[in-house]
Amino acid sequence: MIDFLKDIGFSHDLAVLVAKSLGVFVVGGFGLLWTLLGIWLERKLAGRFQDRLGPNRVGPVGLVQSIADTVKIIIKEDIVPEGADRWVFNIAPVLSVMAVILIWAVIPFGPGLVGVDLSVGVGYIVAVGSLGAIAVVMAGWSSNNKFALLGAFRSVAQLISYEVPMVLALLVPVLLAGSMRLQVIIEQQYIMYLLAIPMTVFIFLTSSQAELGRGPFDLLEAESEIVAGFHIEYSGMKFGMFYVGEFLHAFTVGVLTSVFFLGGWRFFGLEDLIVILGLPVIGFLALIFKSLLAYIFLIWVRMTLPRLRIDQLLNLNWKFLVPLSLINLLVVAFVWKLIPDTDEIDSFGDAFWPSVALLVANIAMFVGMSVVLRERGRRERARIEALRGPVDDPGMGTNAVPAGTGD
Amino acid sequence: MDITAESVVFLILSALTLGSGLLVVTSRNLFHAALYLMLSLFGVAGLFALLTAPFLAFVQVTVYIGAIAILIIFAIMLTPQVTRTNARNTQWVGAVVVAVVFFAVMVSVLTPLMDDLGADDWSADFSEEDPDDVPGTSLADLGEQLVDPDYYMLPFEVASVLLMAALIGAALMVSPAIADDPETETGDDESGG
Repeated sequence: MIDFLKDIGFSHDLAVLVAKSLGVFVVGGFGLLWTLLGIWLERKLAGRFQDRLGPNRVGPVGLVQSIADTVKIIIKEDIVPEGADRWVFNIAPVLSVMAVILIWAVIPFGPGLVGVDLSVGVGYIVAVGSLGAIAVVMAGWSSNNKFALLGAFRSVAQLISYEVPMVLALLVPVLLAGSMRLQVIIEQQYIMYLLAIPMTVFIFLTSSQAELGRGPFDLLEAESEIVAGFHIEYSGMKFGMFYVGEFLHAFTVGVLTSVFFLGGWRFFGLEDLIVILGLPVIGFLALIFKSLLAYIFLIWVRMTLPRLRIDQLLNLNWKFLVPLSLINLLVVAFVWKLIPDTDEIDSFGDAFWPSVALLVANIAMFVGMSVVLRERGRRERARIEALRGPVDDPGMGTNAVPAGTGD
Repeated sequence: MDITAESVVFLILSALTLGSGLLVVTSRNLFHAALYLMLSLFGVAGLFALLTAPFLAFVQVTVYIGAIAILIIFAIMLTPQVTRTNARNTQWVGAVVVAVVFFAVMVSVLTPLMDDLGADDWSADFSEEDPDDVPGTSLADLGEQLVDPDYYMLPFEVASVLLMAALIGAALMVSPAIADDPETETGDDESGG
């Protein structure tokens, strides 16, 4: 690209600038256009989970529904509530989308097909992800609405707490690959990490779902309690941007899952074809396919589990996920250090036995976790029975479900 | 002196950092001041990135913007009437003196250092085409030096102990066993929002 621009008479600096701007445009534009299709997919799936049809009026099987919604949302009146902090109010939705689009800059779509292959790619994702929390806080505070403010309070408690297990979970693939570069993490997955470290995947998915603020962790916008939470005062396209930001963030978590744990653009040897045929699009399709799998799994969880209470939410994090992720990190690091030659894995055969060892360690951890959770559940039940008398029917005593074991 | 792309970016980032830093201290609205503080810290992160220290840049954003600034905002949101009655600050004279002295110290330390390094040009002489053509230590070196007794192990461990102590202290302060109110131990069900 740069060479082509230089050939038609651009200076070097200008060619680099134009090529990079185009890259930014393509990556960002792809993310935003994908949203139109993705929202349709999500609504359709949500409909299926709730035993209804989902959008089915506009276009074949409702495919054009998102475009109709976009037009509608753009021509709606833009309302700024009285007493709102105008600047902050207007910047918040932009920031919310920006925080997500920025993550796409480091996603490797194929070998050599990446915006920037940062040496601190994983760290960049964590840093940029934390900007989303600011958008929520700004929106909640500037709306001059107590429900919005309550939503913002909850978001700070939730987003900050769940960042801890998420970062600790992300450390594990970094540890195994020996690099924070996303390309290296993908290249090192001769066996996808999902098979070696399922516990880490579980921690990552749970905490990511909480970071997204989607069910069962959707306390930021719990409709039945605080109406719509932090974006209650937003209308028209500004609400649309929060919606797009949330959706795109959810899909981005799917992409990140596939990069960190499902092998990214690798697909059971298909990646060799990329080099032979010179078709990087194969890697791209593999990545999108895996991302969709992870994303649909997240929707499934969202549509299945009931919402947690705020105390259960914090207990689940600080008393369960954080200790679990610390133990997980220690165990993986210890096992990884015990196995010889783990820092020079470069084939499927090299990766096989270390992966088996990690899987055994993970199963042992899972057994230990189950024992601890069972013991905790029993103690909680005994405590509540002492307070309220015996709980006969576990199905009726929903309040007696022990906090911290809700997932 | 040659105006390169780096120098333009440097000037923009400096203006962002200093400008929003100024707004932090002059803004009457505490919430706005906190947001400007974030912008200023973001500018510093950009400067780190420009100095090809991406690790420091990401730590800056994660720790200062993602955690500390958010907690400041949280404290501000929990304070009633925060944007209306906080307009007076009686310590600005002292603050100005400290700031001027600090600036003088920085200049007096850095100016000889600049001469020693021979930094009289805007350009840092990295070619942007090759990401590996970056001077300084790599991430792996940094990690090894942090746990190497010859380098930074002692400060690293001291910082860990300090943070651990703070963590335990915070946990003790909110522990129901220490709080005077005996109700807190059984009040779990009412604490939900």
